[in-house]
Order: sequence, then C-alpha cells, then structure tokens
Amino acid sequence: MDTVLLSRLQFAATAAFHFIFVPLTLGLSLLIAYMETKYVRTGDREYLRMAKFWGRLFVINFALGVVTGITMEFQFGMNWAEYSRYVGDIFGSPLAIEATVAFFLESTFLGVWIFGWNRISPKLHALAISLVAIATNLSALWILIANGWMQNPVGYVINQGRAEMVDFWAVVTNPYGLLKFAHTVLSGWVVAGFFVLGVSAYHLLKRNETEFFKKCMKIGAVFALISSILVVAVGDFHAKEVSHTQPTKLAAMESVWETTKNAPMYLILIPDPANEKNAIEAIKIPSLLSILAGKEEIKGLKEFPSSERPPVMLTFLSFRVMVILGFLFIILAVWTVIKLKKIEHSQTLLRLLLWSIPLPYIAGQVGWIVAEVGRQPWIVYGLLKTADAVSKAVEPSQVLASLIGFTLFYGALGLVDVYLLAKYARRGPDPKEV
Amino acid sequence: MEFQVIWFILWGLLWAVYFALDGFDFGAGILYPFIGKDEISKKAIIHAIGPVWNGNEVWLITAGGATFAAFPTTYAYMFSYLYTPLLIILFALILRGVAIEFRPKALTEGERKLWDVGIFIGSVVPAFLFGVAFGNIFIGLPFDDKGYYGALFSLINPYGIVVGLLFLFTFIVHGGIWVSLRSSNELSANSSKMAIRFWYLALIFAVVFLILTAFYTNLYNNFIKLPHWFLVPATAVFALILTGYYLKKNKNLRAFVSSTIFILALIFSGVIGLYPNLIPSSIDAKYSLTIFNSSSSPYTLKIMTIVVILFVPVVIFYQAWAYKTFSYKITKEKLSEEEY
Repeated sequence: MDTVLLSRLQFAATAAFHFIFVPLTLGLSLLIAYMETKYVRTGDREYLRMAKFWGRLFVINFALGVVTGITMEFQFGMNWAEYSRYVGDIFGSPLAIEATVAFFLESTFLGVWIFGWNRISPKLHALAISLVAIATNLSALWILIANGWMQNPVGYVINQGRAEMVDFWAVVTNPYGLLKFAHTVLSGWVVAGFFVLGVSAYHLLKRNETEFFKKCMKIGAVFALISSILVVAVGDFHAKEVSHTQPTKLAAMESVWETTKNAPMYLILIPDPANEKNAIEAIKIPSLLSILAGKEEIKGLKEFPSSERPPVMLTFLSFRVMVILGFLFIILAVWTVIKLKKIEHSQTLLRLLLWSIPLPYIAGQVGWIVAEVGRQPWIVYGLLKTADAVSKAVEPSQVLASLIGFTLFYGALGLVDVYLLAKYARRGPDPKEV
Repeated sequence: MEFQVIWFILWGLLWAVYFALDGFDFGAGILYPFIGKDEISKKAIIHAIGPVWNGNEVWLITAGGATFAAFPTTYAYMFSYLYTPLLIILFALILRGVAIEFRPKALTEGERKLWDVGIFIGSVVPAFLFGVAFGNIFIGLPFDDKGYYGALFSLINPYGIVVGLLFLFTFIVHGGIWVSLRSSNELSANSSKMAIRFWYLALIFAVVFLILTAFYTNLYNNFIKLPHWFLVPATAVFALILTGYYLKKNKNLRAFVSSTIFILALIFSGVIGLYPNLIPSSIDAKYSLTIFNSSSSPYTLKIMTIVVILFVPVVIFYQAWAYKTFSYKITKEKLSEEEY
C-alpha cells in the first residue's frame, strides 16, 4: 500500500472516531445549559439534578472529543503536507480562528463548570455551561467553513503554485460551508436528542426515577423533534447546493449514469458501476430527482472521465442510509411527543428509543462518507487531487505504523469511554435531597 | 513593520505562552506519582491543574493553527519532517487529557492506578520531546529543495537530548512551584522541596545548553550582530537564578513569576536566534524555510492580524478571570465539599 492510501485510511479512521464524540457534545451542551438556566430561574432543584446527571455524561464524552481533535489539526501537516502548502493561505485561517474564538472559550469555561460548583454563584455557573454550548457550536462553524472551501473553493486566486485568499468574506459566507454547518450541527442535536430519549427510556423501562426521567424525556423529545425536522429541511437545501457545485457527487449519490432532463427517482435501485449502469431500477417517481436537486437537467457520471468520478457504490449507499434514517428520526420523535404523557406505559416505544441511541451516530458517519468520499478524487474540488496532496517526506511504513497505533489506541479509548458512559448512565441521578 | 515579522513575533509568543502555561501542568503530572502519596494529595494535585489544563493546551492548538495560517509552508514541512516525534507527543497528550478527566470518574482501584500511570506518562513524554523537537529545529533539519533526508534517529543527538532534558527539568520546577502554591501543608512543602531539587538540574542543563548552542547551532549569530538582544537570554539566566533564590526563601509566588519569565525568555532567546528562519536547513542555508519564503499572502496575514487584535485580549481576560477563580488554597476541608 502506498502513502496516499494509508494516509486516507488514517484520516478516515481518526476523523470518524473524532466524530463519534463531537455530535453529542454539540446538542447535549445546549440541553444542559437549558436545564441549569431553568434551575437558576425557577429554583426547582430537579433541574439541578438533571444538569448534574447529564453533565457527568457530557464530560466523559467531551474528553475524547477534545483530545481526538488535536490529531485532526496535526494530521494536515503530518500526512498532507502538499495539501497544507497548497491551501494554507486560505484553509489555515478558519482553523486558527476556530482555536482563538471557540476552543479557548469552550475549554476555559468547561474547566470553570466542572470545578466551579462551590466556587462561583449559580448564575455564573449556568452562564459557564451556556458559553461552552455556544463555543462548541461556534467551533463547528469555523471548521465547516474550512471544509466548505475544500468542497466549493471561493474567494481565491492561484499564485505561484498555491491558492491565495483574495476575499475573506466570500470564504466565510460560502453557501456550501454555511449549509454544511447547519446540516452538521443539527445532526449533532438529533444525536443528543435521541441520546437523552434513549437513556431516559432505559430508566423508565426499569421504573427508576420515573418522574425525573419523564421530565428529561419531554425536553429530549421536543429537541429531537425540532432538530430532526430541521436537519432534513436543511439537507434538502444542501443537496440543491451540491447539485450546482459538485455534479459528480450528486450523480454518485443518486447513481445517475446518463444525463437526464426531468430526472426521475427510483425507490429501488442497485448500481452496477463496473458496467456504468444500474442493475435494477424500479418504482419510478417521475421528475422527483430534478425537483429535489433544483435542476432540470441532471448530469450523468458518463459526462465525466472515469478518473474524475467518485466511488459510486459507497457514496450511493451511504446517502440512502442517511436519508432513510433521517425520516425514521422524524417518525420516532413525533411518536414520542404524542405518547409523552403516559410514555412509561408504552413499552414498545421505550424499547425502540433505547435501541435507537446508535442510529443518529450512524447517520452522521454515513453523512460524512457522502461528503468526503463523494468529493473524490479531489481533495479540493476541481483544484487539487487527493493523490497530489500527501506528504512526500513520509514513508508508507511510518503511516502504516501510525495507522496501527491509532487503531489500537483509539479502539481502547473508545471501549473505556463507552464503558464509563454506560456505567454512569445506568447509575442514574444523585438521590433527591430530603 | 512587515506582517511577516509581526507574525514571527506572534508565533514565538504563542509557543512561549503555551510552554509557560502547560509547562506547569506537565510538571505537576510528572511529580504526581512522587508527591501524590495518598488519595487526598492525588486529588489535590488534580484539582490544582484540573480547571486550567485544557485551556492551557489550546495555546498549543492555536500555535499550530497560527503556523498553518501564517506560515503554511513551514507548517507543512515541519509537521511532516517531524512525523514520528509529533505522533508520540500526540499520543501522550491524548493519554494525559483522558487520564486527567477520567481518573475522577474511575470506579475501581485498578482503573485509578491505570489513570495515575497515564497522567505521568502523558506529562513526561511531551515535556521531553517538545525540547528534543525544538533542539533539532535550532540545529536545523536535513532538507533541500528535493526533500528531507532525516530519520527518527537523526533527531536523537546530544544537543536534542540536552534541550529535551532542559525542558523537562524546567517544567518540573515550574509544576512543583504551582502545586506548592495551590496546595497546603505537607503536599505544599513536598512539592516545594521537589522544585528545589530539580532547580539544580535545570540550572546545570541551562549552562550546558548555552555552551553547546555555540557548537551545534548558529543561534548566536544574530546576537553577535545585534548585541542588545543579549538582554533576552540574560533575563532568562537571571530569572532562573531568582527562581531558586525565592524557592529557598519560601517565597513561592515570586518563584513562580520568575520561572514563568525564565520560560518566556528561554523560548524567545531561541526565536531571536532563529530569525528570519523558522526551520533552518542543515544542508545549506539557501534551502532554509524563512518567514519570508514560507509565509501566507499579505492579505491573509492582515486578516489574521485583525482577528488577533479583536479576540486575543478577550481570551486573556477570561482566562485570567478563570485563574483568579481557581487561585484558592486547596485544603482537605475544601476538597471534601467537592464531588471528586
């Protein structure tokens, strides 16, 4: 295996692992901030117990999100030196801004929050977790502006063999980046919503702290419902943006081989990339694809040389799984909201919610596969190929060793994290004060 | 002043502040198994760095991000040439972060022991390896316009090891003083004692470093050209001596200020010696990556300068507030109020 393939595997593995922890952080921080603010406003100590219970799970999850994030920043230089040299003038800025405006805020006030229970006033303490929530979501904005530029480069010129920024405002307001930010952050909120629902369902099934977890479930259900509807709505806008800026990605997502006007959508479709066609196309809905993509003519993959097409099967399947899960979340959230009043008697729904905890995580992972595999063979769409972006000074053996190291180390950390999360989730909140 | 020069100073400042802050976290983590003799003192040490270590580490992320944004070519080659040592630093930093956060959540004695080891290894490895990396940058790395000719073993040379040990002992002193300041009674006395012991080693290695630098690197050239800059390394030496003086007088706050100034002045001495290089080539100076041939465009540097002016003062303000909030003396009674 060569450095390119090994570096891609390593980036995929470390990014996917990092993104197991980030989404929960995005949404759960907001929910805890809501609970603690509610406590400060009403003086109802149930909300304080809530903030403490979910806060413990938040901290366990947050630790791995932070430490695996450093890897991401270092890897651009370590494994993708030619990329970093080529795009640093543009790509480096949002990264540096992310650290300056978001990471400092997030980490400083999380420290204050964890160790400040007896040191600062309840109001300030609630403010601390609110700042963590804002900063966490703000950090997503900057990293997705950076990623948005890789997907849809704007505001640059090519000068002396590299991309140079000429319009910072264009980079920051890149519609691709902003839509991706909204879509990603909302998907993280869905993760958090279903996490709260699933853990609460576990306790309700056990008839443990019923009143407490019914309250949690109410908060989780509303949050899950709003965010699961919004994530699909934004996803629709995002797909329209993709159809205009990245025609090869869209064609791969839907496995469209021939350029078609008023393109239909097939509910059952099996791609056959080897023969550049689809093996099965059934249950046709006329014009639907063109309507969803916001474009009358959908360009087929055959319009592009095979060296410029992304892997079709993986992109197609990932997209389908994401979309199906997206609609499933809305159904589950609506169902939960309807049953909310007597949810402790809806055993089937509670079980479903418990088993659904991993599903939004899976949706997020396959979503990133669509975004990143669907962009191939480009690392910067239309400008720089992934194969030309890798570090020349790094030997395949070095990357192989680090890939094995990451796999073992991250694997162990992942197990420990899940173990701790499960332990503390099962334990439930602190006993009520008498 | 040119933007490149401004960003060179900022680049040096970010590294210097990072080492001045996370340096005491490293030191506390290294001393942790030796002065954390029972559960209460272990808990106290974790409380001494727990609220701030993560915010301190962000200075590293910002230093990395600033290198990427301001000197992308240097970022690209520095990180890929130093692939293996950086990877080890990365693993150690991950281990440290997880250990500090998970130890208070551990449920069995075995888990607690595991995280104890994690805190130590995760602190001692980066403290030493950052020094080795900087030592090698001071010497220069073997690269020309065609590529890099170094290997992991070429980084392990006497000078690199000396700088590594200097960093290690400096951070132990720094961390020892910090723990002593934040804790009380026996723990405070023990960490103070440790700081004095390691201060002798830091002093010896500072002298060795100053001598070897003349033989291994070209850092002194800039100082010989513009002798008034000798003030910076002179400040470093003076601050290091003062650190020991105050430690022995039991004036630990002053000792901490002195060791902070020592770290800042030490890093800046190196940075001044490097100018205008970011990574010198040990093959031929004409291949060296300088602030002029590896920088971003003036436009990007201007944007980034505005960002710094707007946001860094705010960061300094709330980090200072956080430090003030957590400046109380950790006592047995105070710890008993805490969940952990």
